[in-house]
Amino acid sequence: MDTYVCGGCGWHYNGDTPFDKLPDDYTCPMCGTAKSLFKKVEG
Amino acid sequence: MAGALELKKGVYAVGALDPDLPEFDEALTPYGTTYNSYLVVDEQVTLIDFVRANFAAELLENIASIIGDRLIDNIIVNHCEPDHSGALPAIVKAYPAAQLYGTANAQKALAAYYPDSTYTFNVVGEGDKLDTGELTFHFIPMPMVHWPDSMSSYLPARKILFSNDALGQHIGSGERIDTEVAKEKLMDCAQNYYANIVMPWGMQVTKLLGQVAQIEVDMVCPSHGVVLTTFLPDIIAAYARWASGATDGHQVTIVYDSMWGSTAEIAEKLREEYEASKHHVNVFSLADTHYSVVIGDLIESRYIFVGSSTRYNHMLPSVAGFLSYLEGLKPKDRVGLAFGAYGWSGESVDDIAAALSSMGFEMKDPIKVQWRMAPEHN
Ligand SMILES: [Fe+2]
Ligand SMILES: [Fe+2]
Ligand SMILES: [Zn+2]
Repeated sequence: MDTYVCGGCGWHYNGDTPFDKLPDDYTCPMCGTAKSLFKKVEG
Repeated sequence: MAGALELKKGVYAVGALDPDLPEFDEALTPYGTTYNSYLVVDEQVTLIDFVRANFAAELLENIASIIGDRLIDNIIVNHCEPDHSGALPAIVKAYPAAQLYGTANAQKALAAYYPDSTYTFNVVGEGDKLDTGELTFHFIPMPMVHWPDSMSSYLPARKILFSNDALGQHIGSGERIDTEVAKEKLMDCAQNYYANIVMPWGMQVTKLLGQVAQIEVDMVCPSHGVVLTTFLPDIIAAYARWASGATDGHQVTIVYDSMWGSTAEIAEKLREEYEASKHHVNVFSLADTHYSVVIGDLIESRYIFVGSSTRYNHMLPSVAGFLSYLEGLKPKDRVGLAFGAYGWSGESVDDIAAALSSMGFEMKDPIKVQWRMAPEHN
């Protein structure tokens, strides 16, 4: 499965909601980086 | 033992001095450090941050020297790294009724660190305030400066920012206020601290500086080192420069390790070449310099040149360690060069070049020498 990694701090998104279904104003809970700056890691 | 010190009306430094600490979070601390804790006495008594666990007794003594038998009502937990939260168990045991305040991330980390302690934690965020009578604290979360839980606290009535790990320095040589320290030592220590602890988080530091510019502050009380007053504008200006990630095209940092001196000769040749073209060059041998000292130097260097002998098809472990440390600090806008001498295979130079270019460095042609440079190049 693809995972998403925060471009600010490297935190891995692991939530139940698929990443692309998260609201546009979603931010990294660790460092506050915007959703648009997460990077997709092919899995 | 530092003892308590009144900084402004009702505001006291009550933290601990650790002058002999050799290193902190992988960085050398030649002057040791301090774990700063502050006590604000109003209608209610508020403690800001704890100290490292082994200094808990000292913190308790300093607090008692100010408030005697009075109790602590509030504890602001700006950051839960154990250098600041280590004394939590001892303090909440001594003051069980105290209300703790911190970010949601701090609450989670503290619960994991101190499962045996009982306390009441109040989650606060941007815009939240704490009234203690005459005074009001404003909370300013600053995620990643230094950890996700990090926060600073502002006391408008006293124009004080309790900045936790931001704007700190590892100065544990006994000075309490910036004016007691030679300016050069203060700026050097602030630079070394920024480079080794805060460097990856330039974006977040820039955001914090923007918030600080909107408020009136004439004293910054960090969690390490001296309280900033007179030299605060200099430190803020330096942080703005470092956080921007801007590098200086005249600064060159050369770092290497060498088995038999051939790689050292290349380093010296590079120094001569760049000094001849009016660059400021600093050369470090990892055989006698800790990598954190090199990091302190290279913060504004556009050029970072890294050399190693090849030993059994690998770069020397000191150089590998340096590169791993450097990568974590996410340096930006750099030009690299890999160099080294080898006997029969020479992988170190290619491996260094690959490591630097994976960090986004623009690479110059490598210098790879078998056995030793020929005399005409010496
Ligand atoms: Fe920290
Ligand atoms: Fe700290
Ligand atoms: Zn993040």
